[in-house]
Amino acid sequence: MATSLLARLGLPGFGKETQKHYGVIGNFDTPEDLLRAIRTARAAGYSKMEAYTPFPIHGIDEALGERRSPLGRIVIVCAMVGLTGAVLLQWWTGAVDYKLSIAGKPLFALEPSVPIIFELSVLLSAFGAVLGMFALNKLPTYYHSFFNYTRAAGASNDRFLLAVEATDAKFNAEDVKTFLDSCGSRHTELVEA
Amino acid sequence: MADLAIDPRTELNPPLVTGGATYSSVTDQISAITEGKPPKQWYVVMGVAIPLAMMLFGCLAYLVANGIGVWGNNSPVGWGWDITNFVWWIGIGHAGTLISAILFLFRQKWRTSINRAAEAMTLFAVACAGIYPLFHTGRPWRAIYWLFPMPNELLTMWQNFRSPLMWDVFAVSTYATVSALFWFVGLVPDLATLRDRATNPVRKTIFGILSLGWRGSASQWRHYELAYLILAGLSTPLVLSVHSIVSFDFATSLMPGWHTTIFPPYFVAGAVFSGFAMVVTLMTLARWVYGLENLITIKHLENMCKVMLATGTIVGFAYGTEFFIAWYSANQYERFIFLNRAFGPYAWAYWTMISCNVIAPQFFWFKKFRTSIPAMFTLSIFINIGMWFERFVIIATSLHRDFLPSSWGYFQPTWVDIGTFVGTMGLFLTLFLLFLRFLPAIAISEVKGVLHHQINTEKGVAH
Repeated sequence: MATSLLARLGLPGFGKETQKHYGVIGNFDTPEDLLRAIRTARAAGYSKMEAYTPFPIHGIDEALGERRSPLGRIVIVCAMVGLTGAVLLQWWTGAVDYKLSIAGKPLFALEPSVPIIFELSVLLSAFGAVLGMFALNKLPTYYHSFFNYTRAAGASNDRFLLAVEATDAKFNAEDVKTFLDSCGSRHTELVEA
Repeated sequence: MADLAIDPRTELNPPLVTGGATYSSVTDQISAITEGKPPKQWYVVMGVAIPLAMMLFGCLAYLVANGIGVWGNNSPVGWGWDITNFVWWIGIGHAGTLISAILFLFRQKWRTSINRAAEAMTLFAVACAGIYPLFHTGRPWRAIYWLFPMPNELLTMWQNFRSPLMWDVFAVSTYATVSALFWFVGLVPDLATLRDRATNPVRKTIFGILSLGWRGSASQWRHYELAYLILAGLSTPLVLSVHSIVSFDFATSLMPGWHTTIFPPYFVAGAVFSGFAMVVTLMTLARWVYGLENLITIKHLENMCKVMLATGTIVGFAYGTEFFIAWYSANQYERFIFLNRAFGPYAWAYWTMISCNVIAPQFFWFKKFRTSIPAMFTLSIFINIGMWFERFVIIATSLHRDFLPSSWGYFQPTWVDIGTFVGTMGLFLTLFLLFLRFLPAIAISEVKGVLHHQINTEKGVAH
């Protein structure tokens, strides 16, 4: 349990297997260059790729062949929990555990319960969206080999990076380097794991 | 024809980022604010804000030590400045959520330069608002048992969930929480930028922890963008619900002047109106202090002036509707309360409100006023004042002359009322200045997204 948690955080020494290289990372000037490189790489048969960009680029998921995020389903479940919880809370406290007649109004009715039902559904959905996104993105991450790339900082500034990962079946460091250079990469590097 | 030199697209839609900005110049410009020493003006304003915030804490300590009687609230005006200030601050927060959520859903790209600061403003405004009901309980350390359904041995009873005051507790606390989550999610990629730029190890560690190890990978952006969209979708009905529920505090009562169905939309419009006024007040100052004219352009400010014109006119229309309905209801109490509002002892407050909220924004029909910084700054101050008076007028005029003339009265604020109100402004300013100093005040990654779109449009690439 503890070991798997530490591995999930990416703490060194707790990884699945000791892999020598993360992959080869190429460095592009514009999002368009990056997209072109991804499409060429896919056509050339590479499949384990990851792009690093300073802002989300439209069309990159399709180019990388990523599926739609499952976050929406997580949020729907959270919303339902919030909704049910709010109904139960107001019904049980008002009509079961502490019955207090106020101006002869019903102890529990749907109409006056709507605001809190709405608020709790939104509250839990928001937590679902944020914590769900963190979980899907494995955040917080303590360590990631991407940062071994000497110009990793560019990905949060003005560079558009493409990593061909070492787990790719077709991976060969020299071939990938030559390939990314031919796509217009400005600085291609083999990155340690 | 010389006219052809002007691209009709840029004529209609002037660029949102000017001054030949590049991705790295955007990063540098915004990050530099948090990396260098703050300008002199920052210290000057901080020098005013911190003593005022201290005064707030002093007033609150005095209140806790002596009881609620130190405020001017008394029969018949049992709700005075405390609830006025509460509604005013909550309303100010609404512009932040409107900019970050509703304008996002409507794909209004001009929101990107102002959303971060407006969201921060929301958080700090809600924090200031929360102080009033919390301290109105007299014993804020026990308020958690009174306000939230916390099982405890102190009361052995539950809250009355049929009361709009309980709805308000849930609405405001949900609003504060969701706004904080939305704000933090927006900050993560920018915190990663600050981490990557940091040279000092302490700074690198702090931003390393805060940015949670964000890498900006395509798979992360994929979930991130959906989370952002969902949060925007949740915040949109949320922000409309919050001020609607705040208005229920009044509208579900049987008080003439409060018991009206127009309150929810009227309160929401007023909230957006006052919030945009506060955003304009703060942004004109921030862009001047930090030289952000190329990112927060006249176009952004002009759009905000248009929002103020629209919402201000809605508010003015609502004032008229209230009077019409009071007359049309043929209810003598309802008629009395409105005549008393406009011509009674609080006429001065009523006409201040009308001048500031209905007349002042009408200047924004003219482009000259919409594009002049001193004009919009002055008018935004008037609107801030007017919207405070709106809440005061609604609360005080409905309460001070109730059904029994023998109990009529006139609300007088005490020095503690005034000190607390001015003090919350100090707290708000302190928090806002700290935010400007230490966090990226403009959403770096979002501005780059807009810049990318702009570069492609200029190149004529179909998008």
